[in-house]
Amino acid sequence: MRNCEYQQIDPLALSVAPASVQNLTDKKAERLRRKWEVFPGKNRFFCDGRVIVARQSGVLPLTLGLIVVTCGLFFAFDCPFLVEHLTVFIPVIGGVLFVFVVLSLLRTSFTDPGILPRATLDEAADIEKQIDTSGSSSYRPPPRTKEILINQQVVKLKYCFTCKMFRPPRTSHCSLCDNCVERFDHHCPWVGNCVGKRNYRFFYSFIISLSFLTSFIFGCVIAHITLRSQSGKSLIQAIQESPARYPLMELVICFFSIWSILGLSGFHTYLVASNLTTNEDIKGSWSSKRGAEESGNPYTYNSILANCCVTLCGPMPPSLIDRRGFLSPEESVPTVSASEIEVPSFAAKNDANMVG
Amino acid sequence: MATTDLNCSEFHNDQIATLSTHSLQELQHPVVSTKVFIQRDYSSGTLCKFQNKFPAELESRLDRQHFEETIQTLNNLYAEAEKLGGKSYLEGCLACLTAYTIFLCMETQYEKVLRKVARYIKEQNEKVYIPRSLLLTDPIERGLRVIEITVFEDRGFVPTS
Repeated sequence: MRNCEYQQIDPLALSVAPASVQNLTDKKAERLRRKWEVFPGKNRFFCDGRVIVARQSGVLPLTLGLIVVTCGLFFAFDCPFLVEHLTVFIPVIGGVLFVFVVLSLLRTSFTDPGILPRATLDEAADIEKQIDTSGSSSYRPPPRTKEILINQQVVKLKYCFTCKMFRPPRTSHCSLCDNCVERFDHHCPWVGNCVGKRNYRFFYSFIISLSFLTSFIFGCVIAHITLRSQSGKSLIQAIQESPARYPLMELVICFFSIWSILGLSGFHTYLVASNLTTNEDIKGSWSSKRGAEESGNPYTYNSILANCCVTLCGPMPPSLIDRRGFLSPEESVPTVSASEIEVPSFAAKNDANMVG
Repeated sequence: MATTDLNCSEFHNDQIATLSTHSLQELQHPVVSTKVFIQRDYSSGTLCKFQNKFPAELESRLDRQHFEETIQTLNNLYAEAEKLGGKSYLEGCLACLTAYTIFLCMETQYEKVLRKVARYIKEQNEKVYIPRSLLLTDPIERGLRVIEITVFEDRGFVPTS
């Protein structure tokens, strides 16, 4: 993270002295800020805004470590034996799967999941005007919902207090990242990022390829130990003989991860086929428990193939947060009064860019 | 007669000077009167589509036809971006096979359409909106949530005599 250098500037002094405006203009000309530097959510940015991760990277290093270590052991200890006794394609397939898994994982972790930028002050004011607050004097007005019809079905849109807008359908606010994410699936600690509209296909290809990889390594290790024990020795002797007992470690890792990974893959395949998100499935948004109401998933295309194609092969939506764009002078000037101190860090950082 | 002519020409010169000062001022210091937000229309799902309802605040500035044409064209462009057809599936499958590394060098269908949208909005601003003291903001700058139309104070070209 780059160090944001800014000075505390008294806003009152700025409105009075035109000379200070000139200084600020000079300072601004020296260093234009990019939008990622003032991003209000809990995300971290690298490579000048090209890479985005959640603040808590969770268990991502562990995930990467497990994959790399297991594959490393596989290539070092199982492959030489299997190439000799079986076929040379074993390390080739293993290599291809490993590369696919790591690329998908990194793509899932470092892609913007579909974060919705927060409403501008004018938008928020416009929405507030449209909502009937009926003279409530409490700071937090009662929860607001808006009902709309999607494909002849009633869907409730909730108002997000943090982002100051009505959340579009299928959007949810992630408390860990403090962002509204479109088509929010879940926040995955293994991947260290939310899984949403833009990175769901990467996540799905990650878990599918990981299932193949773990099954493949599991199968190869079993084959390795079996082949060794076939040459007249007992199984235990074979294991002891195999280089430093590492295949056993691989076996243990694969055995425990296979159940969870395969289970997860199966679950997500079901979600993809029925065009649901984990969030909707867990909440039971479209289940038949709702009584006499006609409730089904309004987003489904009623065909497994169509749902799969839409979710996985649909057009790639663009990132809405424009991380690398430069802050324009109008955007830098906070039009907020002193009473609006909800996002103080945002205002403080922008003070340095205030021009007149 | 000659004096009147001279006065007329002087008056015209003054008027032209005032006009150019006015337009220059308008360009440099436009005063925002209000902002109108066209919200998203979710009746057909999560596809990007904007409501076609003509806002009351624009009644005095813009005719309904221009507004509806702008919104309809934008909606059509976004529909084209999100269209599920052979081309988008091919793009998706190719991307999957290359472990999504192809997006590092290739522009997606959506990005191509967004550039078209930006060009269209610029053209509409120049032809229709700015002459009426209005300004369309590209929805992508507002996260595709709203189309923001800024209504500037209508400084009519009134010559000072």
